[in-house]
Amino acid sequence: MKILLVDDEYELVSTLAERLSLRGIQADWAISGEEAMRLAEKNTYDVAVLDVKIPRLGGLELKRRLQSEQAVLKFIFMTGHGSEEDFRSCSAETADGCYLVKPVNIEELIQKMNELVKVSEVSP
Amino acid sequence: MSVFERVKPKFWDHVDAASGPFAYLSNFRRMWQLAVLLSVGVAVVPLVTITAIDYQVTQKSIESEIALRTSRLVSNTRRAVSFFLEERRLALDFIVKDNSFESLNDPERLQAILKNLKTSFGGFTDLGVIDPLGYQRNYAGPYKLEGVDYSTQAWYREVLERGVHISDVFSGFRQVPHLIIAVKHETGSGAHFMLRATLDTERFNHLISHPEVAGVADAFLINREGKLQTPSLSQGKVLDPIALPVPSFSANTELIETKDVQGQLHAVGYAYIEDSPFILMIVKNKKELLKPWYKTRLQLMGFLAASITIILVVILGVATYLVNKIYLADQKRLTTLHQVEYSNKMATIGRLAAGVAHEINNPLAVINEKAGLIKDLFTMREEYARDEKLLNTINGVLSSVERCAKITRRLLSFMRNSGVTSERIHLGETIQEVLNFLSKEAEYRSFQISVHVDEDVPKIASDRGRLQEIFLNVINNSFAAMQDGGHLEVTAKRDKNDLVSVTVKDDGCGIPKADLERVFEPFFSTKSGKGGTGLGLSITSGLVQELGGEIRVASEVGKGTIFTVVLPINNEKKGETVP
Repeated sequence: MKILLVDDEYELVSTLAERLSLRGIQADWAISGEEAMRLAEKNTYDVAVLDVKIPRLGGLELKRRLQSEQAVLKFIFMTGHGSEEDFRSCSAETADGCYLVKPVNIEELIQKMNELVKVSEVSP
Repeated sequence: MSVFERVKPKFWDHVDAASGPFAYLSNFRRMWQLAVLLSVGVAVVPLVTITAIDYQVTQKSIESEIALRTSRLVSNTRRAVSFFLEERRLALDFIVKDNSFESLNDPERLQAILKNLKTSFGGFTDLGVIDPLGYQRNYAGPYKLEGVDYSTQAWYREVLERGVHISDVFSGFRQVPHLIIAVKHETGSGAHFMLRATLDTERFNHLISHPEVAGVADAFLINREGKLQTPSLSQGKVLDPIALPVPSFSANTELIETKDVQGQLHAVGYAYIEDSPFILMIVKNKKELLKPWYKTRLQLMGFLAASITIILVVILGVATYLVNKIYLADQKRLTTLHQVEYSNKMATIGRLAAGVAHEINNPLAVINEKAGLIKDLFTMREEYARDEKLLNTINGVLSSVERCAKITRRLLSFMRNSGVTSERIHLGETIQEVLNFLSKEAEYRSFQISVHVDEDVPKIASDRGRLQEIFLNVINNSFAAMQDGGHLEVTAKRDKNDLVSVTVKDDGCGIPKADLERVFEPFFSTKSGKGGTGLGLSITSGLVQELGGEIRVASEVGKGTIFTVVLPINNEKKGETVP
């Protein structure tokens, strides 16, 4: 399973990526939408974990662009805000429960990613 | 409870909690009083005025009508009496002119004349011829009166001077009232003689007590001394003195008002009859006369009283109804105003809290990951993996992060709710969530809190945010009333008719009875000056109503307060049901 992590907080994404790799999950990370697009052009990912508030592009817009690049890509949103508006728009875009409020429990995140990947394997 | 207490409208004892520059606008009692006074003034004053004017005009016209009729009656009767006497005097005058002294001295002739007078005029009793020396020379009639000397009598001298005399009525030998008419005749040689006639007064009486005259009035003649000359209905028999004073002389018909000895008021019309000692009097009882007026007056007063009663009832009713409507509208306005204020406050707090939560969540996430990484790294190396102190330390950091995360999440979820949404809610969980918020305060003040939710309380269709606000407000309210170490019981149970009730019972200071009715009024607060805004319970009540429920309060000073929130299991307002 290969993961793409996008968050404007360098310390967060880099550490999270390292922790995931310690658990045997390969995770690339980016701190901007543009960087994430560049990575997506070169690599194929199973799941993208996006912050809702990414400077300039925004999490939802980035999701659309990544999806056009890689149609089978699954998404998980992370947010520090948890406003009603964000909740509604993100819920509409993702599978049930793929909207996590920071700080995120790593075990929970892994479990969600596994669920998403399993679903995609069952119904391609 | 007095009648007034029972009928007085809601606004009567209203005291506006929010005093300020426009407080006078909320003085509903004064508004009502002003409306009633002005309306009654403009309606009743003209009515009373016009009735008073009508009263006076009617009274005057009735009185003048009475005066006119009495006056006319007196004049007519006086004319009739005058004519009656004049007629008889002229008859005697004709006899003395037509007959010489010698022929009148013939007894047969005199008898014949008396007989003719009786048949033509009637009422003549006797006739006497008196010579210049005052002796009665000839007499025709029932008595033996020839040769009687009249020269010393007052009437004889009057006839000598004036040529005619009409006497007062007197009782003769037969005790029959009669009067005398005497006329003098000057013969050519300067000598004279007199003819004297006695008349009974039957015809006279008949004339006075004519049906037109009688009836409501008492008509009679008196002489100058006030003795009755004809019988009277009210004053007595002939020759009795009358109870009324003798009216003063007047050449014309006069009307006076006089009181009799019993103090009764009488309208008296009188006239002095020329060339006679008689005064005609017509006496009418004023009370009898005014009977039609009393009837009219009664109707007038009845009409006035009925009108005023109807006006008062209508004005009182309309004023009370309208002021009550204004009062209710004003209450509604205040409630809405305060709800808006509360919503704004909550929205502001919500934005603030969300902002803070967001700002804290991001660094918290970094701490979480960094600490997680440290733990990962340590647990992967053998020399550290068994170092319990190290692991405990890092777990302490992680659990603290988790606690912070819970707080910010709770804050976010609490503030996220805007607009009524409906979901299935477990009441026990919601109550516990609210208590979690307040757990620090409860711990600090050593409150004993017990929560009991009955097994059969179903999940209800309601709005989580609203419910949290409701319970937060009610429990906060209880906390404010409680002493340190107080007890709070929260009980949820199923009510009949698809309702659940949540009871919050404290052992705080309680609410005085006078304030109990007002605790749900906007801005009502007993915490004035102590930081209370008065928003809490009125808003709570509004929120409960929004959810289709109701809130009740029972309290006893010194013992505590029980708030009961009754909520529908299925919120009918939204037409949703719980499966």
